Amino acid sequence: MAFDWSSIPGSLPILWQGMIVTLQITLVGALVGILLGTLLGMLRLSPNGLLSGLSAAYVTIFRSIPLVMVLFWFHLILIPLVAGLLFPGKRLELGFLTALIAFSLFEASYYAEIIRAGILSVTKDQFNAGLALGMKRGQVMRLVILPQAFRRMIPLLLTQAIILFQDSTLVYVINLDDFFRKAYNIGNTVGTLNELILFAGAVYLVICTLASGCVRQLHRKLTVPPVK
Amino acid sequence: MALASWVVAFVVGTMVGVMRTLPGRILPSIGACYVELFRNVPLLVQLFVWFFVIPDVTPIFGDWFKQQVPPIWQEFIAGTACLGLFTGARIAEQVRSGIGSLGPGQLGAGLALGLRRRQVYLLVLLPVAYRILIPTLTSEFLNLIKNTAVASTIGYLELAQRSASMAETTSRVYEAFAAATLLYAALNLLVMLLARALERSTALPGFLGDRK
Repeated sequence: MAFDWSSIPGSLPILWQGMIVTLQITLVGALVGILLGTLLGMLRLSPNGLLSGLSAAYVTIFRSIPLVMVLFWFHLILIPLVAGLLFPGKRLELGFLTALIAFSLFEASYYAEIIRAGILSVTKDQFNAGLALGMKRGQVMRLVILPQAFRRMIPLLLTQAIILFQDSTLVYVINLDDFFRKAYNIGNTVGTLNELILFAGAVYLVICTLASGCVRQLHRKLTVPPVK
Repeated sequence: MALASWVVAFVVGTMVGVMRTLPGRILPSIGACYVELFRNVPLLVQLFVWFFVIPDVTPIFGDWFKQQVPPIWQEFIAGTACLGLFTGARIAEQVRSGIGSLGPGQLGAGLALGLRRRQVYLLVLLPVAYRILIPTLTSEFLNLIKNTAVASTIGYLELAQRSASMAETTSRVYEAFAAATLLYAALNLLVMLLARALERSTALPGFLGDRK
Protein backbone atom coordinates (compact mmCIF):
# COMPACT_ATOMS: atom_id res chain seq x y z
CA MET A 1 0.00 0.00 0.00
CA ALA A 2 3.03 2.24 -0.35
CA PHE A 3 2.50 5.17 -2.67
CA ASP A 4 4.92 6.07 -5.42
CA TRP A 5 4.55 9.67 -6.42
CA SER A 6 7.66 9.80 -8.63
CA SER A 7 5.75 9.59 -11.91
CA ILE A 8 3.83 12.80 -11.33
CA PRO A 9 6.47 15.55 -11.90
CA GLY A 10 7.44 14.12 -15.28
CA SER A 11 3.85 13.91 -16.46
CA LEU A 12 2.91 17.47 -15.57
CA PRO A 13 3.24 18.82 -19.17
CA ILE A 14 0.85 16.16 -20.47
CA LEU A 15 -1.55 16.83 -17.61
CA TRP A 16 -1.43 20.53 -18.43
CA GLN A 17 -2.54 19.80 -22.01
CA GLY A 18 -5.49 17.94 -20.53
CA MET A 19 -6.23 20.83 -18.20
CA ILE A 20 -6.38 23.16 -21.20
CA VAL A 21 -9.04 20.96 -22.79
CA THR A 22 -10.97 20.96 -19.51
CA LEU A 23 -10.75 24.74 -19.24
CA GLN A 24 -11.82 25.25 -22.85
CA ILE A 25 -14.89 23.11 -22.35
CA THR A 26 -15.72 24.91 -19.11
CA LEU A 27 -15.30 28.35 -20.65
CA VAL A 28 -17.23 27.71 -23.86
CA GLY A 29 -19.91 25.76 -22.00
CA ALA A 30 -20.39 28.56 -19.50
CA LEU A 31 -20.40 31.41 -22.04
CA VAL A 32 -22.66 29.81 -24.63
CA GLY A 33 -24.75 28.33 -21.82
CA ILE A 34 -25.32 31.75 -20.28
CA LEU A 35 -26.19 33.34 -23.64
CA LEU A 36 -28.62 30.60 -24.61
CA GLY A 37 -29.87 30.41 -21.04
CA THR A 38 -30.69 34.12 -21.00
CA LEU A 39 -32.63 33.70 -24.21
CA LEU A 40 -34.48 30.65 -22.88
CA GLY A 41 -35.16 32.31 -19.54
CA MET A 42 -36.69 35.36 -21.21
CA LEU A 43 -38.71 33.25 -23.64
CA ARG A 44 -40.05 31.28 -20.70
CA LEU A 45 -41.43 34.49 -19.22
CA SER A 46 -42.76 35.88 -22.48
CA PRO A 47 -46.51 36.42 -22.76
CA ASN A 48 -46.52 34.27 -25.91
CA GLY A 49 -47.78 30.84 -24.80
CA LEU A 50 -46.08 28.91 -27.59
CA LEU A 51 -42.64 30.39 -26.95
CA SER A 52 -42.78 29.95 -23.20
CA GLY A 53 -44.06 26.40 -23.66
CA LEU A 54 -41.20 25.50 -25.98
CA SER A 55 -38.65 26.96 -23.64
CA ALA A 56 -40.19 25.11 -20.67
CA ALA A 57 -40.11 21.84 -22.62
CA TYR A 58 -36.46 22.33 -23.54
CA VAL A 59 -35.46 23.00 -19.94
CA THR A 60 -37.50 20.13 -18.50
CA ILE A 61 -36.19 17.61 -21.01
CA PHE A 62 -32.54 18.49 -20.56
CA ARG A 63 -32.85 18.64 -16.80
CA SER A 64 -34.43 15.21 -16.52
CA ILE A 65 -31.81 13.40 -18.62
CA PRO A 66 -28.45 12.58 -17.04
CA LEU A 67 -25.51 14.48 -18.51
CA VAL A 68 -23.80 11.21 -19.39
CA MET A 69 -26.79 10.27 -21.50
CA VAL A 70 -26.77 13.63 -23.24
CA LEU A 71 -23.09 13.22 -24.06
CA PHE A 72 -23.73 9.74 -25.42
CA TRP A 73 -26.60 10.94 -27.57
CA PHE A 74 -24.50 13.64 -29.13
CA HIS A 75 -21.46 11.44 -29.46
CA LEU A 76 -23.10 8.35 -30.91
CA ILE A 77 -26.07 9.65 -32.83
CA LEU A 78 -26.64 13.35 -33.39
CA ILE A 79 -23.19 14.64 -34.30
CA PRO A 80 -22.22 11.71 -36.57
CA LEU A 81 -25.60 12.08 -38.27
CA VAL A 82 -25.18 15.79 -38.92
CA ALA A 83 -21.55 15.37 -39.93
CA GLY A 84 -22.57 12.58 -42.29
CA LEU A 85 -25.09 14.88 -43.95
CA LEU A 86 -22.74 17.83 -44.27
CA PHE A 87 -19.52 16.05 -45.19
CA PRO A 88 -20.50 12.67 -46.58
CA GLY A 89 -17.83 10.02 -46.69
CA LYS A 90 -15.31 11.71 -44.42
CA ARG A 91 -14.19 10.49 -41.04
CA LEU A 92 -13.79 13.47 -38.79
CA GLU A 93 -12.30 13.85 -35.34
CA LEU A 94 -15.32 15.33 -33.63
CA GLY A 95 -14.90 14.47 -29.97
CA PHE A 96 -13.97 17.97 -28.85
CA LEU A 97 -16.68 19.67 -30.89
CA THR A 98 -19.23 17.18 -29.61
CA ALA A 99 -18.27 17.97 -26.03
CA LEU A 100 -18.52 21.72 -26.66
CA ILE A 101 -21.96 21.47 -28.26
CA ALA A 102 -23.36 19.00 -25.75
CA PHE A 103 -22.12 20.96 -22.73
CA SER A 104 -23.36 24.28 -24.12
CA LEU A 105 -26.85 22.97 -24.80
CA PHE A 106 -27.01 21.06 -21.54
CA GLU A 107 -25.78 23.92 -19.38
CA ALA A 108 -28.15 26.33 -21.15
CA SER A 109 -31.08 24.54 -19.53
CA TYR A 110 -29.58 24.98 -16.06
CA TYR A 111 -28.61 28.59 -16.70
CA ALA A 112 -32.11 29.25 -18.02
CA GLU A 113 -33.58 28.33 -14.64
CA ILE A 114 -31.10 30.51 -12.75
CA ILE A 115 -31.78 33.43 -15.04
CA ARG A 116 -35.53 33.00 -14.87
CA ALA A 117 -35.37 33.07 -11.08
CA GLY A 118 -33.12 36.14 -11.29
CA ILE A 119 -35.57 37.99 -13.52
CA LEU A 120 -38.47 37.03 -11.28
CA SER A 121 -36.61 38.38 -8.26
CA VAL A 122 -36.84 41.90 -9.67
CA THR A 123 -40.16 43.34 -8.62
CA LYS A 124 -42.97 43.98 -10.99
CA ASP A 125 -43.02 47.66 -10.05
CA GLN A 126 -39.71 48.11 -11.83
CA PHE A 127 -41.19 46.72 -15.01
CA ASN A 128 -44.24 48.93 -14.79
CA ALA A 129 -42.13 51.95 -13.94
CA GLY A 130 -40.09 51.34 -17.08
CA LEU A 131 -43.23 51.06 -19.19
CA ALA A 132 -44.63 54.21 -17.60
CA LEU A 133 -41.48 56.08 -18.63
CA GLY A 134 -42.37 55.26 -22.22
CA MET A 135 -39.85 52.45 -22.81
CA LYS A 136 -40.69 49.47 -24.96
CA ARG A 137 -40.85 46.02 -23.36
CA GLY A 138 -37.51 45.04 -24.87
CA GLN A 139 -35.89 48.21 -23.57
CA VAL A 140 -37.23 47.67 -20.06
CA MET A 141 -35.85 44.14 -20.11
CA ARG A 142 -32.45 45.19 -21.41
CA LEU A 143 -31.93 48.44 -19.51
CA VAL A 144 -33.79 47.94 -16.25
CA ILE A 145 -34.51 44.33 -15.41
CA LEU A 146 -31.51 42.39 -16.73
CA PRO A 147 -28.77 44.56 -15.17
CA GLN A 148 -30.33 44.12 -11.73
CA ALA A 149 -31.06 40.47 -12.30
CA PHE A 150 -27.51 39.72 -13.44
CA ARG A 151 -26.04 41.50 -10.47
CA ARG A 152 -27.98 39.18 -8.20
CA MET A 153 -27.27 36.12 -10.30
CA ILE A 154 -23.52 36.43 -10.74
CA PRO A 155 -22.62 34.26 -7.72
CA LEU A 156 -25.08 31.58 -8.85
CA LEU A 157 -23.82 31.71 -12.43
CA LEU A 158 -20.24 31.29 -11.25
CA THR A 159 -21.18 28.44 -8.93
CA GLN A 160 -22.82 26.72 -11.85
CA ALA A 161 -19.59 27.24 -13.82
CA ILE A 162 -17.67 25.49 -11.04
CA ILE A 163 -20.12 22.59 -11.24
CA LEU A 164 -19.58 22.59 -15.00
CA PHE A 165 -15.83 22.46 -14.41
CA GLN A 166 -16.33 19.34 -12.30
CA ASP A 167 -18.84 17.79 -14.68
CA SER A 168 -16.44 18.22 -17.58
CA THR A 169 -14.68 15.12 -16.25
CA LEU A 170 -17.57 13.21 -17.78
CA VAL A 171 -16.13 13.70 -21.28
CA TYR A 172 -14.31 10.58 -20.16
CA VAL A 173 -17.20 8.60 -21.59
CA ILE A 174 -16.76 9.98 -25.10
CA ASN A 175 -13.02 9.25 -25.20
CA LEU A 176 -11.90 12.83 -25.02
CA ASP A 177 -8.57 13.52 -23.29
CA ASP A 178 -9.38 16.05 -20.63
CA PHE A 179 -7.35 16.54 -17.46
CA PHE A 180 -8.75 13.57 -15.60
CA ARG A 181 -8.58 11.16 -18.50
CA LYS A 182 -4.97 12.11 -19.17
CA ALA A 183 -4.20 11.43 -15.53
CA TYR A 184 -5.98 8.11 -15.74
CA ASN A 185 -4.14 7.10 -18.91
CA ILE A 186 -0.73 7.99 -17.52
CA GLY A 187 -1.50 6.08 -14.34
CA ASN A 188 -2.63 3.11 -16.34
CA THR A 189 0.51 3.05 -18.50
CA VAL A 190 3.03 3.72 -15.78
CA GLY A 191 1.29 1.50 -13.25
CA THR A 192 0.66 4.17 -10.65
CA LEU A 193 -3.06 4.50 -11.21
CA ASN A 194 -3.90 5.11 -7.54
CA GLU A 195 -1.47 7.99 -7.18
CA LEU A 196 -2.62 9.67 -10.38
CA ILE A 197 -6.30 9.41 -9.43
CA LEU A 198 -5.64 10.85 -6.00
CA PHE A 199 -3.47 13.59 -7.49
CA ALA A 200 -6.19 14.55 -9.96
CA GLY A 201 -8.72 14.59 -7.16
CA ALA A 202 -6.48 16.86 -5.10
CA VAL A 203 -6.06 19.26 -8.03
CA TYR A 204 -9.81 19.50 -8.51
CA LEU A 205 -10.30 19.92 -4.76
CA VAL A 206 -7.85 22.83 -4.56
CA ILE A 207 -9.14 24.61 -7.66
CA CYS A 208 -12.80 24.27 -6.73
CA THR A 209 -12.29 25.22 -3.08
CA LEU A 210 -10.38 28.34 -4.10
CA ALA A 211 -12.92 29.23 -6.77
CA SER A 212 -15.91 28.83 -4.48
CA GLY A 213 -14.10 30.88 -1.84
CA CYS A 214 -13.71 33.69 -4.39
CA VAL A 215 -17.38 33.42 -5.33
CA ARG A 216 -18.33 33.78 -1.67
CA GLN A 217 -16.23 36.94 -1.39
CA LEU A 218 -17.76 38.33 -4.55
CA HIS A 219 -21.23 37.52 -3.29
CA ARG A 220 -20.58 39.56 -0.15
CA LYS A 221 -19.33 42.47 -2.23
CA LEU A 222 -22.14 42.42 -4.77
CA THR A 223 -25.06 42.17 -2.39
CA VAL A 224 -27.15 45.30 -2.70
CA PRO A 225 -28.04 46.65 0.73
CA PRO A 226 -31.79 46.83 1.26
CA VAL A 227 -33.34 50.22 0.59
CA LYS A 228 -34.59 51.91 3.72
CA MET B 1 -28.79 1.57 -6.30
CA ALA B 2 -30.50 4.96 -6.13
CA LEU B 3 -32.57 3.86 -3.13
CA ALA B 4 -29.64 2.29 -1.29
CA SER B 5 -27.49 5.36 -1.75
CA TRP B 6 -30.39 7.59 -0.78
CA VAL B 7 -30.52 5.84 2.60
CA VAL B 8 -26.78 6.30 3.05
CA ALA B 9 -27.01 9.91 1.93
CA PHE B 10 -29.93 10.67 4.21
CA VAL B 11 -28.26 9.24 7.32
CA VAL B 12 -24.86 10.78 6.59
CA GLY B 13 -26.38 14.07 5.53
CA THR B 14 -28.47 14.37 8.68
CA MET B 15 -25.56 13.51 10.94
CA VAL B 16 -23.14 15.91 9.28
CA GLY B 17 -25.78 18.62 8.99
CA VAL B 18 -26.61 18.38 12.69
CA MET B 19 -22.91 18.31 13.53
CA ARG B 20 -22.43 21.64 11.85
CA THR B 21 -25.14 23.26 13.99
CA LEU B 22 -23.80 21.99 17.31
CA PRO B 23 -21.99 24.29 19.72
CA GLY B 24 -18.26 23.93 20.11
CA ARG B 25 -15.51 24.08 17.55
CA ILE B 26 -14.35 20.61 16.63
CA LEU B 27 -17.54 18.89 15.48
CA PRO B 28 -18.73 21.75 13.24
CA SER B 29 -15.35 22.02 11.55
CA ILE B 30 -15.18 18.27 10.95
CA GLY B 31 -18.58 18.59 9.30
CA ALA B 32 -17.40 21.55 7.24
CA CYS B 33 -14.31 19.68 6.05
CA TYR B 34 -16.44 16.72 5.02
CA VAL B 35 -18.78 18.89 3.00
CA GLU B 36 -15.98 20.83 1.30
CA LEU B 37 -14.10 17.66 0.43
CA PHE B 38 -17.03 15.87 -1.16
CA ARG B 39 -18.45 18.89 -2.91
CA ASN B 40 -15.23 20.06 -4.49
CA VAL B 41 -14.04 16.84 -6.10
CA PRO B 42 -15.82 15.77 -9.30
CA LEU B 43 -18.13 12.80 -8.91
CA LEU B 44 -16.29 10.83 -11.57
CA VAL B 45 -12.99 11.20 -9.73
CA GLN B 46 -14.64 10.08 -6.51
CA LEU B 47 -16.05 7.05 -8.29
CA PHE B 48 -12.61 6.08 -9.52
CA VAL B 49 -11.25 6.45 -6.03
CA TRP B 50 -13.91 4.06 -4.73
CA PHE B 51 -13.48 1.63 -7.61
CA PHE B 52 -9.71 1.44 -7.83
CA VAL B 53 -7.89 3.20 -5.05
CA ILE B 54 -9.77 2.13 -1.93
CA PRO B 55 -9.76 -1.63 -2.67
CA ASP B 56 -6.06 -1.32 -3.49
CA VAL B 57 -4.83 0.48 -0.42
CA THR B 58 -6.93 -1.09 2.33
CA PRO B 59 -5.05 -4.25 3.32
CA ILE B 60 -7.54 -6.86 4.53
CA PHE B 61 -10.82 -5.48 3.29
CA GLY B 62 -9.38 -4.77 -0.16
CA ASP B 63 -8.14 -8.30 -0.77
CA TRP B 64 -11.42 -9.78 0.36
CA PHE B 65 -13.33 -7.28 -1.73
CA LYS B 66 -11.39 -7.96 -4.91
CA GLN B 67 -11.30 -11.74 -4.60
CA GLN B 68 -14.51 -12.81 -2.92
CA VAL B 69 -17.10 -10.31 -4.11
CA PRO B 70 -18.54 -10.88 -7.60
CA PRO B 71 -17.87 -7.98 -10.01
CA ILE B 72 -21.48 -6.86 -10.25
CA TRP B 73 -21.62 -6.47 -6.48
CA GLN B 74 -18.28 -4.73 -6.42
CA GLU B 75 -19.69 -2.15 -8.76
CA PHE B 76 -22.87 -1.86 -6.72
CA ILE B 77 -21.12 -1.45 -3.38
CA ALA B 78 -18.54 1.02 -4.63
CA GLY B 79 -21.20 2.98 -6.51
CA THR B 80 -23.54 3.10 -3.55
CA ALA B 81 -20.84 4.18 -1.13
CA CYS B 82 -19.66 6.86 -3.50
CA LEU B 83 -23.07 8.26 -4.43
CA GLY B 84 -24.27 8.02 -0.84
CA LEU B 85 -21.38 9.96 0.61
CA PHE B 86 -21.39 12.45 -2.28
CA THR B 87 -25.09 13.19 -1.93
CA GLY B 88 -24.72 13.12 1.85
CA ALA B 89 -22.49 16.18 1.69
CA ARG B 90 -25.14 18.06 -0.25
CA ILE B 91 -27.95 16.98 2.05
CA ALA B 92 -25.87 18.04 5.04
CA GLU B 93 -25.86 21.59 3.72
CA GLN B 94 -29.62 21.53 3.34
CA VAL B 95 -30.26 20.05 6.76
CA ARG B 96 -28.02 22.71 8.22
CA SER B 97 -29.86 25.51 6.49
CA GLY B 98 -33.18 23.88 7.40
CA ILE B 99 -32.28 23.83 11.07
CA GLY B 100 -30.84 27.31 10.73
CA SER B 101 -34.12 28.57 9.30
CA LEU B 102 -35.96 27.54 12.46
CA GLY B 103 -34.12 30.10 14.54
CA PRO B 104 -32.64 29.67 18.02
CA GLY B 105 -36.01 30.02 19.74
CA GLN B 106 -37.07 26.43 19.12
CA LEU B 107 -33.86 25.01 20.53
CA GLY B 108 -34.10 27.29 23.55
CA ALA B 109 -37.74 26.38 24.15
CA GLY B 110 -36.93 22.67 23.95
CA LEU B 111 -34.09 23.00 26.40
CA ALA B 112 -36.24 25.07 28.72
CA LEU B 113 -38.80 22.28 28.77
CA GLY B 114 -36.14 20.02 30.23
CA LEU B 115 -35.40 18.02 27.07
CA ARG B 116 -31.85 16.94 26.44
CA ARG B 117 -30.12 18.37 23.40
CA ARG B 118 -30.45 15.05 21.60
CA GLN B 119 -34.15 14.95 22.33
CA VAL B 120 -34.63 18.49 21.12
CA TYR B 121 -33.03 17.59 17.79
CA LEU B 122 -34.95 14.34 17.36
CA LEU B 123 -38.35 15.51 18.58
CA VAL B 124 -38.47 19.20 17.75
CA LEU B 125 -35.94 20.46 15.23
CA LEU B 126 -35.51 17.64 12.72
CA PRO B 127 -39.20 16.84 12.13
CA VAL B 128 -39.94 20.46 11.33
CA ALA B 129 -36.77 20.90 9.30
CA TYR B 130 -37.50 17.86 7.15
CA ARG B 131 -40.95 19.10 6.30
CA ILE B 132 -39.55 22.44 5.22
CA LEU B 133 -36.82 20.73 3.24
CA ILE B 134 -38.95 18.34 1.19
CA PRO B 135 -38.72 20.38 -2.06
CA THR B 136 -34.93 20.64 -1.97
CA LEU B 137 -34.55 17.05 -0.85
CA THR B 138 -36.65 16.02 -3.83
CA SER B 139 -34.39 17.76 -6.30
CA GLU B 140 -31.43 16.16 -4.56
CA PHE B 141 -33.06 12.77 -5.06
CA LEU B 142 -33.58 13.55 -8.74
CA ASN B 143 -29.91 14.46 -9.01
CA LEU B 144 -29.02 11.19 -7.35
CA ILE B 145 -31.04 9.22 -9.88
CA LYS B 146 -29.27 11.02 -12.67
CA ASN B 147 -25.91 10.42 -11.05
CA THR B 148 -26.46 6.67 -11.00
CA ALA B 149 -26.03 6.94 -14.76
CA VAL B 150 -22.45 8.05 -14.15
CA ALA B 151 -21.83 5.09 -11.86
CA SER B 152 -23.27 2.52 -14.20
CA THR B 153 -21.44 4.06 -17.11
CA ILE B 154 -18.11 3.17 -15.57
CA GLY B 155 -19.03 -0.48 -15.33
CA TYR B 156 -20.30 -0.37 -18.87
CA LEU B 157 -17.18 1.31 -20.18
CA GLU B 158 -14.91 -1.12 -18.44
CA LEU B 159 -16.77 -3.89 -20.21
CA ALA B 160 -16.68 -2.09 -23.52
CA GLN B 161 -12.98 -1.43 -23.34
CA ARG B 162 -12.21 -4.98 -22.46
CA SER B 163 -14.23 -6.60 -25.21
CA ALA B 164 -14.07 -4.21 -28.14
CA SER B 165 -13.69 -0.54 -28.94
CA MET B 166 -16.64 1.80 -28.86
CA ALA B 167 -16.62 2.09 -32.64
CA GLU B 168 -18.14 -1.34 -33.04
CA THR B 169 -21.45 -0.34 -31.55
CA THR B 170 -24.33 -1.84 -33.43
CA SER B 171 -27.83 -0.50 -33.88
CA ARG B 172 -28.93 -2.66 -30.97
CA VAL B 173 -26.98 -0.34 -28.71
CA TYR B 174 -28.92 2.64 -29.97
CA GLU B 175 -32.20 1.00 -29.11
CA ALA B 176 -31.12 -0.02 -25.64
CA PHE B 177 -29.74 3.42 -25.21
CA ALA B 178 -32.91 5.23 -26.26
CA ALA B 179 -34.87 3.04 -23.88
CA ALA B 180 -32.53 3.89 -21.03
CA THR B 181 -32.88 7.61 -21.71
CA LEU B 182 -36.66 7.43 -21.76
CA LEU B 183 -36.62 5.38 -18.58
CA TYR B 184 -34.57 8.02 -16.78
CA ALA B 185 -36.88 10.77 -17.93
CA ALA B 186 -39.99 8.80 -16.88
CA LEU B 187 -38.49 7.95 -13.50
CA ASN B 188 -37.67 11.58 -12.86
CA LEU B 189 -41.16 12.75 -13.77
CA LEU B 190 -42.68 10.10 -11.49
CA VAL B 191 -40.55 11.16 -8.54
CA MET B 192 -41.42 14.79 -9.22
CA LEU B 193 -45.17 14.02 -9.08
CA LEU B 194 -44.85 11.89 -5.95
CA ALA B 195 -42.84 14.59 -4.27
CA ARG B 196 -45.44 17.19 -5.06
CA ALA B 197 -48.11 15.03 -3.41
CA LEU B 198 -45.87 14.43 -0.39
CA GLU B 199 -45.18 18.14 -0.15
CA ARG B 200 -48.84 18.98 -0.05
CA SER B 201 -49.71 16.36 2.54
CA THR B 202 -46.93 17.41 4.90
CA ALA B 203 -47.10 21.17 4.40
CA LEU B 204 -46.71 23.13 7.62
CA PRO B 205 -49.58 25.44 8.39
CA GLY B 206 -48.48 29.04 8.49
CA PHE B 207 -45.66 28.72 5.94
CA LEU B 208 -45.74 29.92 2.35
CA GLY B 209 -46.10 26.38 1.02
CA ASP B 210 -49.37 25.81 2.82
CA ARG B 211 -52.21 25.79 0.32
CA LYS B 212 -55.00 24.46 2.47
